[in-house]
Amino acid sequence: MPVVTADLKACQGYANCVMAAPDYFDLDDDGNVVMIKREFPESERSRVTEAARSCPVSALTVSE
Amino acid sequence: MSSTTVIVGSSIGGVRTAQSLRLEGYQGDIVLVGAESELPYDKPPLSKSVLAGTAQASSICLLTQEEADEARIQLVLGHTATGVDINNGLLELEGHEPIHFDNLVIATGAAARPSPWGERAGIHVLRSLDDAHRLRASLLGGGDLVVIGAGFIGAEAAATARSLGLTVTVIDPQTIPMSRIFNPEIGHWFGALHRDNGVTTIFGTGVDAIDGDQGAFSVHLTDGRVLSAATVLVGIGAVPNDAWLSSSGLLVDNGVVLDKYCRAVHAPSIYAVGDVARWHHPRHGEDIRIEHWTNAVEQAICVAYNITHPAEPREYSPVEYVWSDQYNWKIQIVGRVGNNAKHIVIGHPETHGRFAALYTKDGINLHGAATVNWPKALIACRRGMGTGITVAELRDALETQLTSQAMPVP
Ligand SMILES: Cc1cc2nc3c(=O)[nH]c(=O)nc-3n(C[C@H](O)[C@H](O)[C@H](O)COP(=O)(O)OP(=O)(O)OC[C@H]3O[C@@H](n4cnc5c(N)ncnc54)[C@H](O)[C@@H]3O)c2cc1C
Ligand code: SF4
Repeated sequence: MPVVTADLKACQGYANCVMAAPDYFDLDDDGNVVMIKREFPESERSRVTEAARSCPVSALTVSE
Repeated sequence: MSSTTVIVGSSIGGVRTAQSLRLEGYQGDIVLVGAESELPYDKPPLSKSVLAGTAQASSICLLTQEEADEARIQLVLGHTATGVDINNGLLELEGHEPIHFDNLVIATGAAARPSPWGERAGIHVLRSLDDAHRLRASLLGGGDLVVIGAGFIGAEAAATARSLGLTVTVIDPQTIPMSRIFNPEIGHWFGALHRDNGVTTIFGTGVDAIDGDQGAFSVHLTDGRVLSAATVLVGIGAVPNDAWLSSSGLLVDNGVVLDKYCRAVHAPSIYAVGDVARWHHPRHGEDIRIEHWTNAVEQAICVAYNITHPAEPREYSPVEYVWSDQYNWKIQIVGRVGNNAKHIVIGHPETHGRFAALYTKDGINLHGAATVNWPKALIACRRGMGTGITVAELRDALETQLTSQAMPVP
């Protein structure tokens, strides 16, 4: 299954990913992204990829 | 026969439209045209890490040649679009033959409002990568920096210049900085933030003229004072890049005028996204244009969807969102703030190191919020805006957070 991963050093807590896909991403109290799940089915590819691409600092990567 | 979507403007709005078209399964040809010859790059770092010298051009690249090839996005860079022939579906370009399109997406963004006090070496604006490189070279040359305009870009550049050890003065004709966006109380905190970081602020005074040359400018203020400066940055806003459409027949009025689906009025195969787009926002009931990064991304996704689903297009009805990084403040604004909206403030920059201002037009519902150094509050506000939370509910939730987790002042 494709997976989405976060670069915690890059994350700046802008929360765009959380707004786009709240079932995959959340923020902790320090404003770092928290992954709720990493793997996603093919049917979710468009939504999860758009959420990853909405990160202003490219902290999220989708891979196979 | 395969169809072609041509996208003009190779920055965040244009690139994301192209990528989202492929994600939506668009099978036709995609041509991405841009006036600049560099590969597409991102703008927010230009006043932050690029100006500071901590980011390289490669780290702000939005689309590499390999990624473009893989997604079958044809890049036509270094050619400025000069006009559109709507009837024949042709985009006219400088130094390139016209390109046929079935759908056209206008993503030409905005340009820095030019300096009304002369344009010459040492008087900078900040919009493109070239601008950032030139400004950085001037700053590294040393000497005092005068920033005209205390808006986002002026404030961020001032903060970055301070981090490089320069002496910085910020001038703004408004008596309270950011007061067009925020209310006075918070505007004052922004002024104090500059001063606490060693910037001299001159608010409520305009600029009459700039004399002299790079390294030895005299900046004449409207109150008669004269400041000397080695470098001047003019940060007085941006204007949409729409002049090239003036004879196209498209409706242009401070941006390309669009319906609620982001289609050009009277030309439904033509769309616009990002800083150049003025669309009819269904929830606000008015035509608006937004110069923020997240808007360009979200509008690109909507336009890509509407191109691939012309029979059931989606309305574009976003909640506005913008961030700005100034000194040790991470500022995040959602929805509509300031103007005549009432507001309450939770937290305080000195006592708590963070705060949130909640705005309401009717005294009940949340219409906008500004947060500083408080990501959890930002999420609560962004979510609340979508679900119709009241200001009272949100205030209670945030006040609990404020007392339950003390946070060190950064
Ligand atoms: C220094 C700086 C800092 C910023 N910081 C933030 C921030 O912290 N947070 C935030 O939310 N937003 C920020 N922004 C705003 C954000 O970057 C813009 O909203 C965003 O870039 C808009 O994207 P766009 O694609 O619509 O337009 P633009 O980024 O303006 O890109 C338009 C592109 O079109 C090209 N073009 C123009 N005319 C033509 C033509 N006739 N033919 C061909 N190509 C053409 C231009 O060369 C350019 O590449 C910042 C902007 C700047 C300049
Ligand atoms: S959008 Fe990017 S920076 Fe923002 S919280 Fe998500 S990963 Fe972090």
